[in-house]
Amino acid sequence: MSDPMRIRASMAGDKVEVRVLMAHEMETGQRKDASGKLVPAHFIQNISVTHNGRTVLSAQWGTSISKNPFLHFRFGGGKPGEKIAITWLDNLGDKRTDEAIIAAAS
Amino acid sequence: MKRSSLPRAERALRLAAAALFCALCACARAQDSDAQTQKEIERYRQLLAEGNPAELAQARGEELWKTKRGPKSASLERCDLGLGPGVVKGAYAALPRYFRDTDRVQDLESRLVTCIVALQGFTPEEAMKNPFSAPGRNSDLEALATYVAGESKGMKLAAPMQHQKEIEAFRIGEQLFYRRAGPHDFSCSTCHGDTGKRIRLQDLPKLTEPKEAQRVFTTWPAYRVSQGSVRTMQHRLYDCYWQMRHPQLDYASDASIALEVFMAKYANGGTIDAPGLKR
Repeated sequence: MSDPMRIRASMAGDKVEVRVLMAHEMETGQRKDASGKLVPAHFIQNISVTHNGRTVLSAQWGTSISKNPFLHFRFGGGKPGEKIAITWLDNLGDKRTDEAIIAAAS
Repeated sequence: MKRSSLPRAERALRLAAAALFCALCACARAQDSDAQTQKEIERYRQLLAEGNPAELAQARGEELWKTKRGPKSASLERCDLGLGPGVVKGAYAALPRYFRDTDRVQDLESRLVTCIVALQGFTPEEAMKNPFSAPGRNSDLEALATYVAGESKGMKLAAPMQHQKEIEAFRIGEQLFYRRAGPHDFSCSTCHGDTGKRIRLQDLPKLTEPKEAQRVFTTWPAYRVSQGSVRTMQHRLYDCYWQMRHPQLDYASDASIALEVFMAKYANGGTIDAPGLKR
């Protein structure tokens, strides 16, 4: 089971500013372990962010994204108190969704 | 003769003054660009700090702290880190210190081991089996240390230096710090006994200079970007010993704690800014 994401969402002017920290190994499939065996690739492939059921961001990721990725973006149309949901899906089929409430401007 | 030599001397003086002025300008420019570089590095650190992955370890550590585990099925919530059972806030800012129940000076990590053994019923070997994480393998001690240290963020470091054993630990730490040994004839002070030294881009702090010691001591545990994980003060010391090609520094050993006490003495008064983020 993967660890929860850390999500911070707050108003920045009329936009919602979102910072997400995800716990993921993001193995490239190129690294070898101590015994010389190749460590299989294991990385987040799809990211999607929804706000009130509307997708505000979707992205396809690959192995060039770092371990424990940090995602920072803004979107329009959100208000304080509303909910956003972030979902990632990795190449082994593991999946995780976390939610956060939009805070007032910080 | 006399009349013509005077203007010549004056000319020479003027030239020298002009040269000096230019040199000063160049010097100021170099300092400007140094300051500029430093400012940009600070800005880079600031940007990184907004998404410090150490927060993930903090969250995991907090969860572990509150979870019932071990043969005694207990959480660590009654752990005495020096300010009384269960007090986490500010505890890290008053470590290392002498503990009566174990009759030794302890740092955060050795104290966590004490609690894991006493409260949860694990053996010391079990508790210390996995002190440092590796790719694909988390370390509970690392996460716990990150959580506890983070709860002292913003507080001033005030490690007590009064008990006889604390003073003794400081003296031992001092000896270890300056003692040259090993195939490279290195001591800690070889790298950390002077200001302005660095390895590649990494500044080497002079650990007996309060300003520099504070900056270092208050920012561990830290997420090491180059290693993709959180590292603790124990790991930093362990790694220094490895780099010096000294015999392995045992985890939570009296020697490692003595070195921390030595550093804490100079770092006292610094503001805790853990978990940090380092290269």
